[in-house]
Amino acid sequence: MTRSYTAAATIEDALAALASGARPVAGGTDLVVGARQGKAQLPESIVAIHCLAELRGVGVDGDTLRVSALTTHEELAEHALVLERLPALADAAAIVGSHATRAQGTIGGNLMNGSPALEVGGPLMCFGAAVTLRSQAGERSVAVADLFAGPGRTTASPGELLTEVAVPLPPAAAGSCYARLEYRQQMEIAVVGATAVVAFVGDRVAAAKVAITALAPTVRLVPAAEEALVGSNGGRAAAELAAQAAAEASEPISDVRASEAYRRAMAAVLTRRAIEAAVARARGVAVPVPASRYLHAAE
Amino acid sequence: MRLPLTLTVNGVAYPLEVEPSTTLLRAVREHVGLTGAKEGCDDSECGACMMLLDNRPVNACSYLALQAEGRTVTTVEGLAADGNLSPLQQAFLDHGGVQCGFCTPGMLISATALLARNPNPTEEEIRIGLSGNLCRCTGYDGIVKAVLSASSR
Repeated sequence: MTRSYTAAATIEDALAALASGARPVAGGTDLVVGARQGKAQLPESIVAIHCLAELRGVGVDGDTLRVSALTTHEELAEHALVLERLPALADAAAIVGSHATRAQGTIGGNLMNGSPALEVGGPLMCFGAAVTLRSQAGERSVAVADLFAGPGRTTASPGELLTEVAVPLPPAAAGSCYARLEYRQQMEIAVVGATAVVAFVGDRVAAAKVAITALAPTVRLVPAAEEALVGSNGGRAAAELAAQAAAEASEPISDVRASEAYRRAMAAVLTRRAIEAAVARARGVAVPVPASRYLHAAE
Repeated sequence: MRLPLTLTVNGVAYPLEVEPSTTLLRAVREHVGLTGAKEGCDDSECGACMMLLDNRPVNACSYLALQAEGRTVTTVEGLAADGNLSPLQQAFLDHGGVQCGFCTPGMLISATALLARNPNPTEEEIRIGLSGNLCRCTGYDGIVKAVLSASSR
């Protein structure tokens, strides 16, 4: 039973509350729903951070997009620079929950919830994003790739608050895509998800990142898939090799939504689709956002 | 431990005292007394509880009432102006968008939020926009036609 609630007026207020054991709430779309579903009780002590203006907004700083913690999925999915330079992030943000979820749910809360199926996790890892974690002791930067410790767990300490996500903008000749296996288009989380980012120099892939979602205890990068793509022409054969590597890197579970074997089989399919769409975007071919809906209809 | 809360619903400020765990839905239905928004799943799946919070949709069953302090809440009761139904409400009547009525308050709020952002949605955009609102009568066809008709007014 929650015994105390305070609304933080400053980040310092929030950090002090966290240091004394409170848990933060912003959009409530995970915390309150989780309490309903019996996953976890509401914390005994809650500090609401939704009013912190310092944690709002998306800005550009040189070649880095700075996304403040309270940025909603809606804001992210509609942001012009995200759509132009980081379409995989828009693909992911645009398919979280329903429009009510996207209007309230924040990127900070989404990341710190640490779901293995978290939609924006793969794109952020592939873009090389890092989060700023602040506590009363100071602040540190942690790569999103190092943030997740297991299902629902992060490497942040309880006194730390995620304040910002810094996303390096890829070169203009890059393309990216996040695609998920879904049984319906909305009100869904990934059954299986895959992200691909590719950058071309001439007609060859010069750099690539691939991540898998809902296929392991955390969202994870697949270096072997990247190796299969770099130096290739980004065609079907390379995409299939990379997709196979993604399937081999998977450690899926069986649950009510899919069996382990089905998830593993679909890991290759979704990874190939994400790579092909990323390659298409890198070449200037328009692939609508969110890509999932379009890619599945196209095959 | 109850805490003070001034909840502004449909333009009226209500001084309340609520528990930290009290949801916005419970505060509006049981403390304010406006029962238009419904508790369906109580789990953010069905959208029957949907309200507007600063004009954006929220599943009120999963939002802490205390977080609505200083903000504006709109429920289905707030959609009509001076006793006149909103064009969307009228369209629901005209197109048979209401069967048992339980999902209707959430549908109206959800569609109001959708049209505020996208005044001329396609049928597909309407179906996607309303996907967080379940109609257990499966009366979606009339609902979608109603939103399409209201959008072209």
